[in-house]
Amino acid sequence: MSADTAVAVGSGGNARTAASRLFAAGANAGHAAHLAAYGAMPHRGRGWSLVQELEASGLTGRGGAGFPAWRKFAAADLARRPNRYARRSGGPVLIANGAEGEPLSFKDATLLRNAPHLVIDGLLAAAQALGAGSLFIYAGADEQAAVGAALAERGDAGHIALVEAPDAFVAGQASAVVNFLETGRALPRDLAGRLAESGLKGRPTLIHNVETWAHIALVACYGAGWYRSAGTAEDPGTRLVSVTGDVPSELVLEVPGGSVLEDVLSSAGVRVGGVGSDAVSAVLVGGYHGRWVRPAGMVLSAGVGAVGSVRSGVIVRPGAGVLHVLGAGRCGLAATAGMVQYLAGESARQCGPCMFGLPALADVMTRLAAGTGGTGLVREVERLAALVSGRGACHHPDGTVQLIHSALETFADDVRWHLAGQCNADQDPAVQGVSGQGPADPAGQGVAGQYPAGVAQ
Amino acid sequence: MSPIGPAARLHIDWTRCDGRGLCAELLPEALTRDDWGYPLAAPGRVRSGADKSNVPVTGAELAAAMDAVKLCPLLALRITRP
Repeated sequence: MSADTAVAVGSGGNARTAASRLFAAGANAGHAAHLAAYGAMPHRGRGWSLVQELEASGLTGRGGAGFPAWRKFAAADLARRPNRYARRSGGPVLIANGAEGEPLSFKDATLLRNAPHLVIDGLLAAAQALGAGSLFIYAGADEQAAVGAALAERGDAGHIALVEAPDAFVAGQASAVVNFLETGRALPRDLAGRLAESGLKGRPTLIHNVETWAHIALVACYGAGWYRSAGTAEDPGTRLVSVTGDVPSELVLEVPGGSVLEDVLSSAGVRVGGVGSDAVSAVLVGGYHGRWVRPAGMVLSAGVGAVGSVRSGVIVRPGAGVLHVLGAGRCGLAATAGMVQYLAGESARQCGPCMFGLPALADVMTRLAAGTGGTGLVREVERLAALVSGRGACHHPDGTVQLIHSALETFADDVRWHLAGQCNADQDPAVQGVSGQGPADPAGQGVAGQYPAGVAQ
Repeated sequence: MSPIGPAARLHIDWTRCDGRGLCAELLPEALTRDDWGYPLAAPGRVRSGADKSNVPVTGAELAAAMDAVKLCPLLALRITRP
């Protein structure tokens, strides 16, 4: 996977087409191209407030949680006022988080390489609104050159510090980012309160994903009304998605909020919908901490509004924008077991329930995938999942449990086959990352609704 | 737990906790230990989906909870508001 992948900026293939907003200045845009495409940041009168504009825009965070962007902003704004220490020490801290520890995501890297000036504009607009003194861009090793060049070529960004993020799954967790800037260790922290109130060295700290900062720049430049002209009322604007897995080519798309999942996959060249199209078994939405879904009828929306108002469909939250396609004939349980093993290895090993519980979960999921366990495996998965969830400084165990639960639900039929020692995916499970002990291929037995004898339905 | 709710909550800092088990001995009604020895809210104490890092304690348990905070060898506990 590479951020050099062509920036395919799609419309999502549905009626709400929108021209690319984030890549309007073209590939590897320098400051001149950026200014030509977006213009200079307008000067605003006294009555104009960026916080109010963000609230009206409905922008949600693009790092995964989908939290309304203005809320953190307002909390940092509130915290700086009575906080004499924060004022004396240079006001709030702003951080653009580009640590993309999620292995299936490369939209942040693509954004930083191609449109770094939008991220910088977002930081500068917020710094002006909040009186912030310390600004950081936290990005991976491969994005340092592009971001460094962008900072150097403009006269107004000399005070933004570019920091290299370690390559680890939890390095992008908000408290881990603050910890890294303070101590050099990118490990999540036990937080007493919110970072917006007390973050880096006790200062109000506003940390957003880099894509969120780019959208903040657009809202600051063009206003909430314009921002809402793409997407739906519940999920306004556009978002970047990284499409990976069994696809013609892995790419980043910019799609309007409230897009139909099958339309997005179709824009990525994946054959879905219609008669005889069975190329896709399931899609992992949101990444390793996300959910497996069958794509039919799914609508990607961060909004919490009524489902009925989003035409017809079931809402699936896009998280950090990962769409990982599992081709027909692949075993979803084997794929999930491999992911849980990876996540267990990425535990920061600070919190006991995560340090011991995730490897235990990985072991049980691997036995389930290999078809070598007994019928008590699912109960053991549930017991361990309940034991690790909610018992850590960050949500690494909770995200892992969410992935596992969605796999047990979406691949419920496969679970029954596996408990009987068989896999009804076409492909040899050994190919899918589960070593040895793969059950014999029960070709011809995989009729929906029929299960091996002796397995409770 | 009394119908008026907990007197306080015992916060567990998982990044410090090493599973020594002193807290579970001091608060046998509120805490048990998991597979690996780490403190676990006793069955029925925390509803599923609730915050398992802030275990509710009753007024009668408050003194023992404060002892646990003082005696934890890893300084992994603190009392937080209910």
